[in-house]
Amino acid sequence: MTDNEHEIEQPDERVPKRVIGTPAPGTSMLGTVEASDTDAEVPGVTLQDEDKARKAEKIVALCFTITFLASLAFIVSYVYFQVGSPEATGTSNLALGSTLTIAILGLAVGIVIWVRQIMPKYSLIQERHEMASAEPDREVVADTFIQGANESGFVKRKLLRRTLLLAAAPLGLVPLVLLRDLDNSKMSGGRFNEVLRHTVWGEKNKEGKPLKLVVEGTGQPIRAADFNSPGSILSVVPEGFEHDLNALAKATLILIKFRPEELKAGVRQNWTHDGIVAYSKICTHVGCPAALYEQNTHHILCPCHQSTFDAADGAKVIFGPAARPLPQLPITVDEQGYLIAQGDFDVPVGPSYWERGDAERAAREQGGQA
Amino acid sequence: MTTELKTVPKAIAGPSNFLDERLGGANFLKRNLRKIFPDHWSFLLGEIALYSFIILLLTGTFLTFWFKPSMEHVIYDGSYSPLTGVGMSAAYASTLEISFDVRGGLLMRQMHHWAALLFVAGMTVHMLRVFFTGAYRKPRELNWIIGVLLLTLALAEGLTGYSLPDDLLSGAGLRITEGVAISLPIVGTFITFFLFGGEYPGEDIVARFYALHILLIPGILLALISAHMVLMWVQKHTQMPGKSRTNQNVVGAPFYPAFMAKAGAYFLFTLAVIAGLATFAQINPIWLFGPYTPADVSAGSQPDWYMGFLEGALRIMPPWEINLFGTAHAGTLPLSVIIPALVPMGIIMTGLALYPFLERWVTGDNREHHVADRPRNNPHRTSIGISAMTFYGVLWLLGANDEIAANFHVSLNWTTYAGRFLIFVAPALAYLITYRMCLGLQRQDAAVVSHGVESGVIKRLPHGEFIEVHTPPADDIEAHVRGKEPVAMLPVAEDAAGIPPKGMRGPLGKLRARMSKAYGGEKIPLDEGHEHEEEHAAIGGGDDRSLTH
Repeated sequence: MTDNEHEIEQPDERVPKRVIGTPAPGTSMLGTVEASDTDAEVPGVTLQDEDKARKAEKIVALCFTITFLASLAFIVSYVYFQVGSPEATGTSNLALGSTLTIAILGLAVGIVIWVRQIMPKYSLIQERHEMASAEPDREVVADTFIQGANESGFVKRKLLRRTLLLAAAPLGLVPLVLLRDLDNSKMSGGRFNEVLRHTVWGEKNKEGKPLKLVVEGTGQPIRAADFNSPGSILSVVPEGFEHDLNALAKATLILIKFRPEELKAGVRQNWTHDGIVAYSKICTHVGCPAALYEQNTHHILCPCHQSTFDAADGAKVIFGPAARPLPQLPITVDEQGYLIAQGDFDVPVGPSYWERGDAERAAREQGGQA
Repeated sequence: MTTELKTVPKAIAGPSNFLDERLGGANFLKRNLRKIFPDHWSFLLGEIALYSFIILLLTGTFLTFWFKPSMEHVIYDGSYSPLTGVGMSAAYASTLEISFDVRGGLLMRQMHHWAALLFVAGMTVHMLRVFFTGAYRKPRELNWIIGVLLLTLALAEGLTGYSLPDDLLSGAGLRITEGVAISLPIVGTFITFFLFGGEYPGEDIVARFYALHILLIPGILLALISAHMVLMWVQKHTQMPGKSRTNQNVVGAPFYPAFMAKAGAYFLFTLAVIAGLATFAQINPIWLFGPYTPADVSAGSQPDWYMGFLEGALRIMPPWEINLFGTAHAGTLPLSVIIPALVPMGIIMTGLALYPFLERWVTGDNREHHVADRPRNNPHRTSIGISAMTFYGVLWLLGANDEIAANFHVSLNWTTYAGRFLIFVAPALAYLITYRMCLGLQRQDAAVVSHGVESGVIKRLPHGEFIEVHTPPADDIEAHVRGKEPVAMLPVAEDAAGIPPKGMRGPLGKLRARMSKAYGGEKIPLDEGHEHEEEHAAIGGGDDRSLTH
């Protein structure tokens, strides 16, 4: 855009056509100039300069040759590079992917140069027509419709019409009815709440004793005396259900050891053992595992939507979209000193749902009676 | 060099003749082989989505040859040694197999994922182009609605797709889906028990999502995309205003050979970009996440980009929950989940679907439009669009607020508080700024037309005044600028007795009239009042002037 000094220099033309940053008159700011079609045989079709086209042909040929070579290289790479380890797969992926990319890119670039520098420039004009049909055509269609409707007898014969509608109504429901068994348990909708509000912590093990708390991953039971450094935390699952995903989706716990003086009023003291508190790990917002713990502040944080709970104060919500605290599980120790569940949670764990109601209030009232 | 064709070669004439005698296609081809397609860079955006879809079908079919849509528990013994002996679902194990034991499998998987991201991205920018240029106006409203359906279905297709590998990340997404579904009033538990075949996670969801992902949704997508193309073909593409372009014609290049070749090359470009991304940019390395368990999640879990706005909405919502009846039996309304799950998506999708009809109701414009608007020339529409984009953008950014907090060292909580504030303020601000910018750009257009472009030459007049010489704009620029039309407006003027016209008398009618007056009309007319010679006068009136037409 700086090739215009000579224009400004011309003394008589003190009205120059152009300045830096502005286009010369006649050039287009938007799109290419409509080339004059004087030498074109068809109006709107401007043939390319033959010399330029010949030069372009060579470049296109080069592109297509690159595609040929890259495709061969792809086939060779497929045979040569085996997969099996992360490193080998990485090499194979790089070889296959780069040869494929180059092959396709060569073809694409070649065709674009072909279109732009060998094919003519087009500025053809085509007429549009209104979308609406002509009035006489519409009238013919309307008449035909009326004729057909009358011939069919649908208008005249009430019984036929009404029984057809009658037949259609339940038939339309059939596909919906068929979907009922999508729920494999086939339980009635009224029982959903019953199922949702219980976890396996309410069950007994084979010996008829309450379930032990075991470490997620290793399955080790936890001796309260060994879990003794304040501030430590464990992800805990129920004994016997270590690999049962349905059970884990509700019963996974976060186990935290506190100094006794750190515990605040929100924590149910008789549900703890020696400063060890167990909360549901399933976030009360939409069910992600609330997996992060900050030792200094006693905050449990859900990494999905950042709901934050105060573990020292009954896991009450202090930030984020969760509306309810993480439910606390009543725990104690058995005769060997292993941590066990005293029973199930007193409220449903995890995300809220319509039927759950104010379960916390109901639990409080029940607790008051006991 | 005179190797030009004089007749159709036998190899083509023979089969063509065979086909025409049976199908009679020559009549169709006669009319359509040289169909004209107008040119503009923004018309290429939708093609990205179209070609990505084709690539998705091809790579997706490849993946189905090995993928096992089963949650059956297996012990991994494939060649990715860090997971040897680990229990996992057959779905996850087969995804690992595709990644490490099938040559080209990882490439196809990564291409499939990248193509999916590009598919939704292409649709989104194409939709924005159509919106801002008013290309959804009569007669294209139906194609616009098909487009909105396509976008909605694409989100569902993406969700069902990235849940399939059953790794820890996809499981987190599934868990959130479940948490959102179960929160819906009354039907929530039914939906989740039906979807998951019982309690979450169950053993069915992968097989069910698989059926939806590879058959039902792509089938509908394919049908709707075909309809989208047919309508575009029949109604002919819109064109930008310009020289010799009118509402009654279409100016451009013929389908055969130019547009065909260009479109083919563009498909190949899209394919090459996706192949290049799949080669050099790792995506969704499921082997690093491990198999799914509801007991764990990795920090920094993020959904694919097109789900980010829902994620952001969930994150900035305050913890509101209502118990309607105050009892322990029913009536829980977790607003902190329901509102973000339904409201932003509802506003955006419903707003999109209704916009052409609302605009028509407000402007009373029932004409066909084949020349696209430049966004500045309908300032209220453009402002509404930018405002909606800002709304979406704030939610989208907040979907990654943990990353923002970590990377920019700001308090995580403050990003949330800022989001709660910005979600209301930013769209309003965007509206005002965009509106002013549109008017400014229109004024500049008016200046170019009536005063010409600055030449950079300063001239001294005999009495000592300095002026800058202006030159007339190039033909095609002027034609482009002059392609502007005033936004249509209802006949809102009151008659001599001060009575508004029929249909604008009730409260709704009055609202309609007021909206029409604000939305329609010419804000900045292209002033043709005086010839520009060498004067550098002040440009534009400065005031908004609404001209009824």
